[in-house]
Amino acid sequence: MITISGKSVFGGVAIGKIMFYKRSEKSIKRTRVDDVDAEWQRFQDAKNIAVSQLKGLYDKALEDVGETNAMIFEIHQMMLEDLDYLESIENIIRTQAVNAEFAVATTADNFSQMFAAMDDAYMQGRAADVKDVSERVLDILCGVDEGVQEMTEPRIIAADDLAPSETVQLDKEKVLGFATMYGSANSHTAILARTMNIPAVIGLGESLLPEYDGKMAVIDGFTGTLYIEPDEETMKVMQEKRAKDMEQKALLEQLKGKENVTKSGQKINVYANIGNVSDVGAVLKNDAGGIGLFRSEFLYLENSDFPTEEQQFAVYKQVAENMAGKKVIIRTLDIGADKQVDYFGLDKEENPALGYRAIRICLTRPEIFKTQLRALYRAAVYGNISIMFPMIISVDEVRKIKKIISEVKEELKNEGIPFKEDVELGIMIETPASVMMSRELAKEVDFFSVGTNDLTQYTLAIDRQNSKLDAFYDPHHPAVLAMIKMAAENAHAEGAWIGICGELGADLELTEEFLKMGLDELSVSPAMVLPLRKRIRECE
Amino acid sequence: MKEFKYVVTDPEGIHARPAGILVKQAAGYQSSVKITKGEKTADAKRIFGVMGLGVKTGEEVTITVEGADEDTAIAELEAFFKENL
Repeated sequence: MITISGKSVFGGVAIGKIMFYKRSEKSIKRTRVDDVDAEWQRFQDAKNIAVSQLKGLYDKALEDVGETNAMIFEIHQMMLEDLDYLESIENIIRTQAVNAEFAVATTADNFSQMFAAMDDAYMQGRAADVKDVSERVLDILCGVDEGVQEMTEPRIIAADDLAPSETVQLDKEKVLGFATMYGSANSHTAILARTMNIPAVIGLGESLLPEYDGKMAVIDGFTGTLYIEPDEETMKVMQEKRAKDMEQKALLEQLKGKENVTKSGQKINVYANIGNVSDVGAVLKNDAGGIGLFRSEFLYLENSDFPTEEQQFAVYKQVAENMAGKKVIIRTLDIGADKQVDYFGLDKEENPALGYRAIRICLTRPEIFKTQLRALYRAAVYGNISIMFPMIISVDEVRKIKKIISEVKEELKNEGIPFKEDVELGIMIETPASVMMSRELAKEVDFFSVGTNDLTQYTLAIDRQNSKLDAFYDPHHPAVLAMIKMAAENAHAEGAWIGICGELGADLELTEEFLKMGLDELSVSPAMVLPLRKRIRECE
Repeated sequence: MKEFKYVVTDPEGIHARPAGILVKQAAGYQSSVKITKGEKTADAKRIFGVMGLGVKTGEEVTITVEGADEDTAIAELEAFFKENL
């Protein structure tokens, strides 16, 4: 067995024989031509054919991978009709009296070198686009067919690198996976592989040899590994991994776009919890209805100083835009307790879980809070953002928060910075005090979200890190469930909605009970979204 | 001649897709449309030129329009940049 490591661009497991992608070989020779006008015309004819082929590819890609990803073929058309590109080719043909093939190849080299020399990885990757479109014209000029390989059996496609046009022209039904020597996670091939749901590993380097053609192989798209001639043990592990992945994908296929509704017609929203921008992909992949908890802590934990308003704004805006109108509930800073950050200069506490944390920091150090609120209100213009405040115990805290918000809005208005006037506001229900006060609190906010981890620990007075207490700990303790029920009744009595964003939300044994309580939303880790949605549809 | 300055906010800068839609937009005007970043200027109707500038997020560009329909062009382009870039 040979194991080669690369970079994963799409999860999933592929098992099958390797087909090494072969291109039609052509060598471009420089020849003299007498009639340069005719040669220029010959190029233009070839170019026009290429453009119409690209139009066809655009239509195919539009169907296979959607408009955003198909756009690359429109850009390829623009490249072929770009005046700089055309002028360079015409100039070479006319001044050197040479054949069109030579002029195209030379121009392609020059333009791709321009991209390769740029100080930006993304733009460097575009050199491949120039080569791809030029190859197409060269194929037409030389009269070779496009090099699309007929596949009779499903195969893992291996190559040095694949151009977008090559990827999209492959018979999708017969492609098990992609393994390439080069390429970047930004390459269109990587993007297309992701959209086409095909496991792909790139950057395997020179250890991926053409002589592996026809050999049995396994791609583990989760770890970015390629196994050539896998041993029995590896094969078994991979088959199991593949089965599990297929199950998840089948569930997705079955549930995608469907409502979360019980047999008797009760509806509930299923959202996902995330802790970083990079998790948004998983949210969309698992078809969650929104983001029920976006922990903003990573912005603070990953920084060596307070994140600026612009930094935060860019992150919130990106998530809101990526979710395209779906709800994104962002929780304000929840530092303290087990999450410590040096530059906050917090004192060491005897009992941090009951200490100076979350909203308590925000209300005593409003300058930190205001920066975050400004970024949130500005970003709310770009999507469906709601804001949620953690560790609330009293109505007075909520009023103080609202006062700070009105100051923030006033400041933004005076500075002429665009922001959203009316942002949905909610609080975390994670202290017994907030449950007891829930009727009053519900008058002040639009929604509640129950943080069951802290609520359980505070209600039962049990530290979950202490294993000696396991015998006393019951995750389904009736006291906790009674707390949630009480908060739900009070929320609904005052016209607010209520959800759960803690671990209990993903507990499938409790789904039925939560539905009975009339909860409006459950927010769980992305991987739990589909199993939970399935469970809801089975409930009465 | 008319011009405006704009700071690009798209996190990826003017990469392939935005460059493509910019070129399409610019090509719709009779006027010449130039885009300048620092000392480099490109014809906004040419995709290689625009991509060659390598404009990244947070960088300022100047758009210069000159020709018969420059008034319409400058107004529409400014709106276009705000909307797309």
